[in-house]
Amino acid sequence: MNPPPTDRGTPFVAPALVLLSLITLYPVLSVLALSLLHKLPLFGISRFAGLENYRFLLTDDRFWNAFRNTVYFAAVSVSLELLLGLALALLLNRTFPFKGIATAIVLVPWAIPTVVSARMWEWMYNTDLGILNHLLGVKINWLGSPFWALNAAVFMDVWKTTPFTVILLLAGLRVIPRELLQAARIDGAGAWQLFSRITLPMLMPVILVVLIFRTLDAFRVFDAVYVLTGGGPANTTETLSVYAYKVLFQTLQFGYGSTLSVVVFLCVGAISVLYIRLLGRAGQ
Amino acid sequence: MKRFWTAIALIAAILWSLGPFLWQVVTSVKPDNELALLPPLLPSAPTLDHYRIVVNGTPFLRFMANSMVVAFCSTLLSVAIGAPAAFGLAKLRVRWKGLILLFILSASMFPPIATVSPLYLIMTALRLRDTLPALIITYTSLSLPLCVWIVTNFFRRVPDEILFAARVDGCSPLQAFWHIMLPVAAPGIFTAALLVFIFSWNEFLFALTFTATPASRTIPVAIALFPGVHEVPWGEIAAASILATLPLILLVVVFQRRIVEGLTAGAVKG
Repeated sequence: MNPPPTDRGTPFVAPALVLLSLITLYPVLSVLALSLLHKLPLFGISRFAGLENYRFLLTDDRFWNAFRNTVYFAAVSVSLELLLGLALALLLNRTFPFKGIATAIVLVPWAIPTVVSARMWEWMYNTDLGILNHLLGVKINWLGSPFWALNAAVFMDVWKTTPFTVILLLAGLRVIPRELLQAARIDGAGAWQLFSRITLPMLMPVILVVLIFRTLDAFRVFDAVYVLTGGGPANTTETLSVYAYKVLFQTLQFGYGSTLSVVVFLCVGAISVLYIRLLGRAGQ
Repeated sequence: MKRFWTAIALIAAILWSLGPFLWQVVTSVKPDNELALLPPLLPSAPTLDHYRIVVNGTPFLRFMANSMVVAFCSTLLSVAIGAPAAFGLAKLRVRWKGLILLFILSASMFPPIATVSPLYLIMTALRLRDTLPALIITYTSLSLPLCVWIVTNFFRRVPDEILFAARVDGCSPLQAFWHIMLPVAAPGIFTAALLVFIFSWNEFLFALTFTATPASRTIPVAIALFPGVHEVPWGEIAAASILATLPLILLVVVFQRRIVEGLTAGAVKG
């Protein structure tokens, strides 16, 4: 019935492909090459080093520390965002007046630049003058203590990005047929049964998509940590991207910095492959 | 009873979402001597001093202008390059279409930290460091996958017959795209443009790396590097934050529906 598309679309697609190749693909290939060099532009040093950088990386305690921080940050923040996002989405899926305004308000943290929200939270976390300690009636040095600092960054990220998960989950909830829920209710199913037997299973594909987007983003985290704590105290909040950035642009070691970047790239690639497999299985 | 709990939960959700921002508003109008105390929570006499210092005493308007130029140009370019690509991918014959779609999708997953060092070297070699074009080119490319993805989904919903009829009537593919398809897909393109604008306004890593002076500095970098002589000027930072965030909050409140649609377009169906 549909006429077969016979016009050649290549001229329409070409500009986008050229730009993506120059500004995204070429840099990725180039960073791979850089990761095999000893490159210190400041001293005019640039020589081939083979896998030396990678060998050094395996014994670099600061790398493993950053790796652990990143995994912790991604795992905890994404789990909390999913749980809180699910609760908010179920709430916003009910019928009540001024729903559009409520949805817009819940979206606000998502629209605030990460840098701005980091500075907002930095002020709220202030030990002596922060509203958080005032409201809780405590005197915690949130950003100065090795235990609290990483959790403080996680908490800020949860505030900032939960709206994104809410939006996706809300769209998933709207697709669930009302008749199905009504039929189950007539058959005597309780609220928890409705949720665990119908809503949650039908939401599974969307939950997986949320997990993909959020895990990839959280694993690459830079702005939130860099502005909130700068990786301190004593590197306890330093994530892979922050460490790589410091090696690249503060100590100007382009070779080893690129090696760290490649590792972030490989991790992100592995995570996406894993999730896409899960998604494929869920789709069957 | 159920209504009552819904109302309570909604109030909690609104406080959670707006609370930190409202506290920043309060901070921005508190005189300096009251910022050094807590309580009182609210200022005894609200002042606009912090705003005055930010606007008159720092190159803040310059930073705002830079961000505006960068975000507008990136949005325009991204749509100008992305919409034709989306049309080609959704409606025309393209060789290796699956491969191209996979490439575009995976490009959106590349971590920025992996591309920042080579791009820095390229921009330095091209003498584009510390210029707005360096950011515009980068943001256009970074947002292109999202733009193509959203608009492709929109074009796919347009029946093939419309395009076919236009071709039978003698339109060239380009004319059909310009006169028939673009108007139909306008809402999708607008949605994509909104998201690209917000992304470009907020981006930090590349802006931090590529800019060195106020001449090209954008708002997020300015706020992250806000100078303090003796102690952190919380009042001024709060005022600058409010000014930098207001345009975005306006966009979200006015175009909430479009933004929601854009965020879900790729995720739920794709």
